[in-house]
Amino acid sequence: MLLNIRNLHVSIQEKEIVKGLDLSVNNGEVHAIMGPNGTGKSTLAMAIAGKGDYTITQGEIIYKGKTINNMPPEDRAREGIFLGFQYPVEIPGVSIINFMRTAINEHREYKGLPPISALDFMEKMEEKKKLVEIQSKLTNRSVNEGFSGGEKKKNEIFQMAMLEPTLSILDETDSGLDIDALRVVANGINKLRTKENAFVIITHYQRLLEYIVPDFVHVLYDGRIVKSGGKRLAFELEEKGYDWIKNEQTK
Amino acid sequence: MNSDKNNIIDEVTQGEYKYGFVTDIEMEMAPMGLNEDTIRFISKKKNEPDFLLEFRLKAFRYWKTMKMPRWAHLKIPEINFQDIIYYAAPKKKKELEGLDKVDPELLETFNKLGISLEEQKRMTGVAVDAIIDSVSVKTTFQDTLAKHDIIFCSFTEAVQNHPELVKKYLGTIVPYTDNYFAALNSAVFSDGSFCYIPKGVRCPIELSTYFRINAAKTGQFERSLIIAEERSYVSYMEGCTAPMRDENQMHAAIVEIIVLDDAEVKYSTVQNWYPGDKKGKGGIYNFVTKRGICKGKNSKISWTQVETGSAITWKYPGCILKGDNSVGEFNSVAVTNNFQQADTGSKMIHIGKNTKSTIISKGISAGHSNNSYRGLVKISKKAENSRNFSQCDSLLLGDKCGAHTFPNINVKNKSSVVEHEATTSKISDDQLFYCNQRGIDTESAIGLIVNGYAREVLKKLPMEFAVEAQKLLQISLEGSVG
Ligand SMILES: Nc1ncnc2c1ncn2[C@@H]1O[C@H](COP(=O)(O)OP(=O)(O)OP(=O)(O)O)[C@@H](O)[C@H]1O
Ligand SMILES: [Mg+2]
Repeated sequence: MLLNIRNLHVSIQEKEIVKGLDLSVNNGEVHAIMGPNGTGKSTLAMAIAGKGDYTITQGEIIYKGKTINNMPPEDRAREGIFLGFQYPVEIPGVSIINFMRTAINEHREYKGLPPISALDFMEKMEEKKKLVEIQSKLTNRSVNEGFSGGEKKKNEIFQMAMLEPTLSILDETDSGLDIDALRVVANGINKLRTKENAFVIITHYQRLLEYIVPDFVHVLYDGRIVKSGGKRLAFELEEKGYDWIKNEQTK
Repeated sequence: MNSDKNNIIDEVTQGEYKYGFVTDIEMEMAPMGLNEDTIRFISKKKNEPDFLLEFRLKAFRYWKTMKMPRWAHLKIPEINFQDIIYYAAPKKKKELEGLDKVDPELLETFNKLGISLEEQKRMTGVAVDAIIDSVSVKTTFQDTLAKHDIIFCSFTEAVQNHPELVKKYLGTIVPYTDNYFAALNSAVFSDGSFCYIPKGVRCPIELSTYFRINAAKTGQFERSLIIAEERSYVSYMEGCTAPMRDENQMHAAIVEIIVLDDAEVKYSTVQNWYPGDKKGKGGIYNFVTKRGICKGKNSKISWTQVETGSAITWKYPGCILKGDNSVGEFNSVAVTNNFQQADTGSKMIHIGKNTKSTIISKGISAGHSNNSYRGLVKISKKAENSRNFSQCDSLLLGDKCGAHTFPNINVKNKSSVVEHEATTSKISDDQLFYCNQRGIDTESAIGLIVNGYAREVLKKLPMEFAVEAQKLLQISLEGSVG
């Protein structure tokens, strides 16, 4: 099992947001997480990635057989966890090229490898740019600075392609994408799918799941996964909304 | 701010100053203290013509009537000027006397600082004047430069070999009456660089001066003079370091630049004097007056500075834009950490028509430091159609440091335009986490973000300097975030 989350409780500033959540992801699987606004989807993603002010008060996140509750976020990243942010931040003045090379070299150092050569790096950039159909005029700029919403999301997928993670958590990467961009992003993800790599895709729209067929769909409500199923669950949610689930919960 | 981050701040801000060593070498020194005898001593040591001794004495007498300036946003402790040695020179060893050889000990000192004075070992393309305490020990590539009739030598040599040039220009841009430290420097200046680019010559290599304070209890008072004749061009860089000591040491320099018609001078500084320890003990007091005049039409001066060192920095490189269509630029990154204080900025004085100036100032403050931008933009009545654009950005790392801007704008005609922009920002936790999530640890992330913030200025530096400056920023600051 690649990721095993058991009875996870996460608080932000003393307020409990994730309230006893279980989730198992095997290598090669694609999981979709859906659920109403403000129910804890991003909080879960941040907790897996290890953001400081997201305190785990109970439970365990087990990744590749090891509890990572206390692992620093950069080490989680180097171990192959990637988070595509719902709201990617801008880092003025830092070029994507410099940013990516620094990141790749830190990953390599962690694995005991020497820094990547300039030539290999440029080749890799070209290859991945093609894969996610991102233009040089974007990658030549500073990280997310002045990017449109959609461009930011594309840049997340580009970085994912560059870093070749084992577990990718994509938090609403499809929001803000136009139809073409959505297809490109989905294609990119599909090309990165292997028997080893797993994806957790947080989304509000079943649209994305037409392109990326998930093995499981989960509904996150009030800090817990309250329903899981196959891809048909996504259709059902799109049709009926979340009320029936909320009703089931309050019964 | 969580405790992890605090730890990183501590770790990094305690990061060693790499250039803090002392070279043990026999020195020849002036007796401690400052009076007319001290000045006569220095002048005699340098075998100076009378006009120069007169200049020094006049400056000294004027200085005695002056008071330490207190207008800067700096806490300057009482300085006892009688407690300073005003002249210190490494003694030439017997066996080296008369030879044009440098003491191996000094060569080694400069090697340790990353400056090779052996020409064959140096990267081609940069000539160096190496100055330790009060004297220049070696100027490289003089032959190459002589072929173009370029004069690049120590100030002391220039006084001997080109007294007419020194006499013509010395004190014309920064008169000794200019300010307290200018008067002091004019009285006791010891060495510095002299550079003369003849008409129509583009200097084929970068010129640089490396200043090193070594001896204890001494002050360094260097003075440089750059003259660019019509249609000439030169790029000049200076670097500086000093040993780590508990006592403060004084550095008061003057740089004067004269640029004639259609000529251009680029002046770059990486200032890395010892900043003091993390409790604010020791460090260099750096009081500098740098000014250039665009005397001819279409001439240009650009100042680029990266200031990371010194306990106190007091420095406002400026341009007098006298020639019509002349251009002045000031690009600055000033970093303060721990208890460092910097009050720095620029003066742009527009006199000619259609003159243009740009000021880009990036202040970065961490720890308990204070970092101020102070600028003066003055557009005279005659300077029609002139423009200035100033941008002053401050980046705060932590919540115990301060950043301030004191822009002073004075426009005397209606056809000119002055624009001033200022921003203050912080490195956010979200930015750091974004980097962490990509596998970049917090230290490197801060280095990356700070360098990104300063990029606009760093890219103006000559290649050789840019790399050094980037590393320096990283070392001075990594981890200092709040
Ligand atoms: N830093 C914070 N401080 C206080 N409350 C927070 C913070 N971050 C999130 N929350 C709260 O936690 C709850 C869950 O937020 P989260 O971002 O995980 O929701 P989500 O399921 O991702 O919603 P959406 O679908 O709108 O993205 C919300 O009520 C939100 O306001
Ligand atoms: Mg969310």
